[in-house]
Amino acid sequence: MSAIVSVENLSVVFDDFTALENVSIDVSAGGSFGLVGESGSGKSTLLRAIAGLAPPAGGTMRIAGLELRGRDRDKAFYRAVQMVFQDPYGSLHPRQTIDRQLMEPLAIHGVRDGERRILKALDEVGLGSGFRFRYPHQLSGGQRQRVAIARALILEPSILLLDEPTSALDASVQAEVLNLLEQVRRDRKLTFVMVSHDLGVVTHMCDRLAVMQGGRVVERLTADDLATGRIDEDYTRNLMVASKGFRRHAEPIT
Amino acid sequence: MSALLTVEDLRVCYPTRTGMVEAVRGVSFALGRERLGIVGESGSGKSQTGRAIMGLTPPQAQVTAKTLSFDGIDLLSAPPKLRRSLRGKRIAMILQDPKYSLNPVMSIGRQIVETLREHEDVSGAEARERALEMLAAVQIRDPKRVFGLYPHEVSGGMGQRAMIAMMLVAGPELLIADEPTSALDVTVQLEVLSILDKLVAERGMGLIFVSHDLRLVSSFCDRVLVMYAGRIVEELAASDLANAKHPYTQGLFNCMPVIGADRHPLPVLDRKPEWAL
Repeated sequence: MSAIVSVENLSVVFDDFTALENVSIDVSAGGSFGLVGESGSGKSTLLRAIAGLAPPAGGTMRIAGLELRGRDRDKAFYRAVQMVFQDPYGSLHPRQTIDRQLMEPLAIHGVRDGERRILKALDEVGLGSGFRFRYPHQLSGGQRQRVAIARALILEPSILLLDEPTSALDASVQAEVLNLLEQVRRDRKLTFVMVSHDLGVVTHMCDRLAVMQGGRVVERLTADDLATGRIDEDYTRNLMVASKGFRRHAEPIT
Repeated sequence: MSALLTVEDLRVCYPTRTGMVEAVRGVSFALGRERLGIVGESGSGKSQTGRAIMGLTPPQAQVTAKTLSFDGIDLLSAPPKLRRSLRGKRIAMILQDPKYSLNPVMSIGRQIVETLREHEDVSGAEARERALEMLAAVQIRDPKRVFGLYPHEVSGGMGQRAMIAMMLVAGPELLIADEPTSALDVTVQLEVLSILDKLVAERGMGLIFVSHDLRLVSSFCDRVLVMYAGRIVEELAASDLANAKHPYTQGLFNCMPVIGADRHPLPVLDRKPEWAL
């Protein structure tokens, strides 16, 4: 089993704040890996460091057979690795049509058959060609996130980095988008690295996960461990309790 | 149980280029001193219902109802001055994201004091004292320090507690909470909810809890209204949720991924046009 994403002892420092401290993860090809934790735990920073959006201060990354240093990434990297962001309202250009936004990665990489790829990508994410010439403001949140997924898939990458892909969406729309992501992963044999603060979502999507707190990985689990409660860290247990919803303490009201 | 709030056939219409759009289409319910949840997806009209009760509907929209009365006061015919005196004093509202709903250029303490002095004739020193008490009541550990901080200097959970403090300082009888925890971290959500729960119980307020998360609402409220396309499609006791009859309610209940449940793909809502009739 070869690791397609291999991060070793990665550190990220912003001025005097250490966002990531010696974090290592390995994801095998075709696997689906989850990162959980509260805000500020460094889970998004790890994803951004892989994508070259955060400056690494130390450690090594080997992604899709490429040795990465610093935050420079070449075109070959972005053909293999694409990212989907949290907020579908912020990640699409408000004044460009869906067609133009999907065309952009194709133009950058000099892909010829744009027409066919755009139609195929829209079809794959369940949006008909009728959406092609619309603007983002004419779409709902779930539809926009589908466009963002289409944009990530259009270069036919092998790794998808997902940063809270459904936390800006309604529960019912979240289910649709999660199903879509699972389906494209199956169809294209993609590797997922997914960040979420929702343990329910991560256990649903991922077979293995790492729990992060304060820039470190505090625990590594499989989805089965979590489902059966084989948890060692109190922090993870707290997250579990939180994901089960509100419980009223039986206190007498006086 | 005497009704604190009576809503009968509430409608909210927005004029658009293509004609009138009805965001809320005939909503009726009565609220005592209890916890009522309103659940639905984006666009179901749940927030618009809360805003119409609060009197925060934008001027171009039309609000009509057979009855919209709060403690015997007809809200629709009430003069603006009376409504202003109700808003914040007897009916308060907690909004979703403290990043946007707090005044960024005013310290948290001053905002709470402002609310209080707007509605009650109290001295500056007393208002400060009560604001500090209120900050302590929402379990802020160092109220004196937080009093002087600006919204950008506090975390989301802290900001939302400050928001709750601000809304409760004038002692409202009805609290409308519009997605009060959706912008917060899971771990912080529960803390904020338990603070809210405690204060609502202690003060005997009526609460309208608006959210898209059916499970959360059902664990927090006594009674739940489920809205779809501007109408109430089902009303149930929170404990009775598992026996929901409407397919929309069942769909909302089942679509969340649950730890340990192996459901691939997740059940999704199959929206039927007749639900919106």
